[in-house]
Amino acid sequence: MNQWEVVIGIETHAQLATVSKIFSGASTAFGAEPNTQACAVDLALPGVLPVLNRQAVECAIRFGLAIGAHVAPKSVFARKNYFYPDLPKGYQISQMDLPVVVGGQIALQVGQGDKAYEKVVNLTRAHLEEDAGKSLHEDFHGKSGIDLNRAGTPLLEIVTEPDMRSSDEAVAYARALHALVRWIGICDGNMQEGSFRCDANVSVRPKGQAEFGTRREIKNLNSFRFLKEAIDFEVQWQINEIEEGRKIQQATVLFDPDSGETRMMRSKEDAHDYRYFPDPDLLPLIIDEAWMARVRSELPELPQQKRERFVGELGLSVYDAAMLTASQEISEYFESTVAVAGEASAKPCANWVMVDLAGRLNKDGVDIAAAAVSPQQLGGLILRIADNTISNNIAKKVFEALWLGEGATADEVIEKQGLKQITDSAAIESLVDEVLAANAANVAEFKAGKEKAFNALVGQVMKAAKGKANPQQVNDLLKKKLAE
Amino acid sequence: MSLTTEQVKRIAHLARIEVSESEALTTQGHLNGIFELIEQMQAVDTTGVEPMAHAQDVSQRLRTDAVSETDRRAAYQAVAPETEAGLYLVPKVIE
Repeated sequence: MNQWEVVIGIETHAQLATVSKIFSGASTAFGAEPNTQACAVDLALPGVLPVLNRQAVECAIRFGLAIGAHVAPKSVFARKNYFYPDLPKGYQISQMDLPVVVGGQIALQVGQGDKAYEKVVNLTRAHLEEDAGKSLHEDFHGKSGIDLNRAGTPLLEIVTEPDMRSSDEAVAYARALHALVRWIGICDGNMQEGSFRCDANVSVRPKGQAEFGTRREIKNLNSFRFLKEAIDFEVQWQINEIEEGRKIQQATVLFDPDSGETRMMRSKEDAHDYRYFPDPDLLPLIIDEAWMARVRSELPELPQQKRERFVGELGLSVYDAAMLTASQEISEYFESTVAVAGEASAKPCANWVMVDLAGRLNKDGVDIAAAAVSPQQLGGLILRIADNTISNNIAKKVFEALWLGEGATADEVIEKQGLKQITDSAAIESLVDEVLAANAANVAEFKAGKEKAFNALVGQVMKAAKGKANPQQVNDLLKKKLAE
Repeated sequence: MSLTTEQVKRIAHLARIEVSESEALTTQGHLNGIFELIEQMQAVDTTGVEPMAHAQDVSQRLRTDAVSETDRRAAYQAVAPETEAGLYLVPKVIE
């Protein structure tokens, strides 16, 4: 494994957030009865003419601007010819020579904690095309059933350079892209419904070799887990083949999640077997400066810009900033928390959102949108830690109480449950004195040089205070008394 | 440029058009005639002329993203050879 280098490029089909199809006025709503949303244009009845959906183009522009790509002032639709029953025209309308988006980059974080590193993936292009229908292969008296509701649904096919070097990088890219398309509102990202699906082009080559190995394309991966499993299996399979003296043949393969294996679907036909040519039904798509300027002005702050701001203005680590911009929902939650708790508490806010909140969401198996504690409540809680009303430990109790609806605000819970921290030094001093008197053995151990005994004493004081004594004051007082 | 009979057969296969041996030869003649015409046209100096994607020099009209089509499945399926449970039935497709 060590002498091999993995090379991965990814093609993603993102279903664009439009209410109607790319070339017709039929609905794109998911889950309708078969063929009730397939109109004459989608069925390719004679004499129909495709007319391009403005919103689909606008989605492509948004994407192009968000990744710093060249948005083509003029792009062309082409026919990609092949025969399949779920493609009624006998060709798919796509883009070939002049796609709407060229180039661009996506920056992502790979790995976790100390091992995390930043990676930039270059994009080749993104083009507009129509989706095909769906074939149902269950038995209809030896025939296949065709549902054309999906035919003509607008897709943006996003193609990367072969820039990724591991399945982890591939998954990090797919996640970053998934977050971005949702962030800029061009795709709902629903992977179960097929709104975001990835094909991975995988090859291996001996380390240090300049040419790429022969690639195989794994089709239609609709979860991040499958993407990783499929690539890992495929890489191992290719290495074994080569090490056993066989050559890799270019092919299209499918991943079977049950067996965890990839298997051959068809040997890859040459690109020109599709006999692309400009679609005479469609004129060149012109995107002028004014349109681009308007779309640019409507773009939200992007994940990358937010990350830079979180690091530069709030003093967060690059890793924390990446975690908090994993989705717009998380970043909004975080920013609303900071708005209440104050920028000086940005770091504790980050920790609460990434650790305590994330853990609690995980425990209940709910999404951040359904969090039982609002950012305003959490911000209010962090304020009380910052001003020493409660310790971090007590704050965890208050958080849980807020989660369970035992109070509307942190202040209310602290008041009702008597959790206010004891900061009165006379009160703490008497507690310390009691503990020192009752734990002579620990005191003696400490004086004999056993540091651990000190922690035992702190524990005893906190226990006597029911956890409410200010930990710093307890520490200071104990040290002072023990030094006497 | 001219096509061989093998190339004609391949194109016919890709287009799912069945051609007999003699039809392939006739078609080869027709297609090569078209290529000759193209060769004549290519003799014209087009330096500096931008290729057009369409015969008309106009740009694509765009429509507003709105649903304008209602369900007409019953009418469309009335002329389909075979349907069941709202699906169009076709000879079995196997991957």
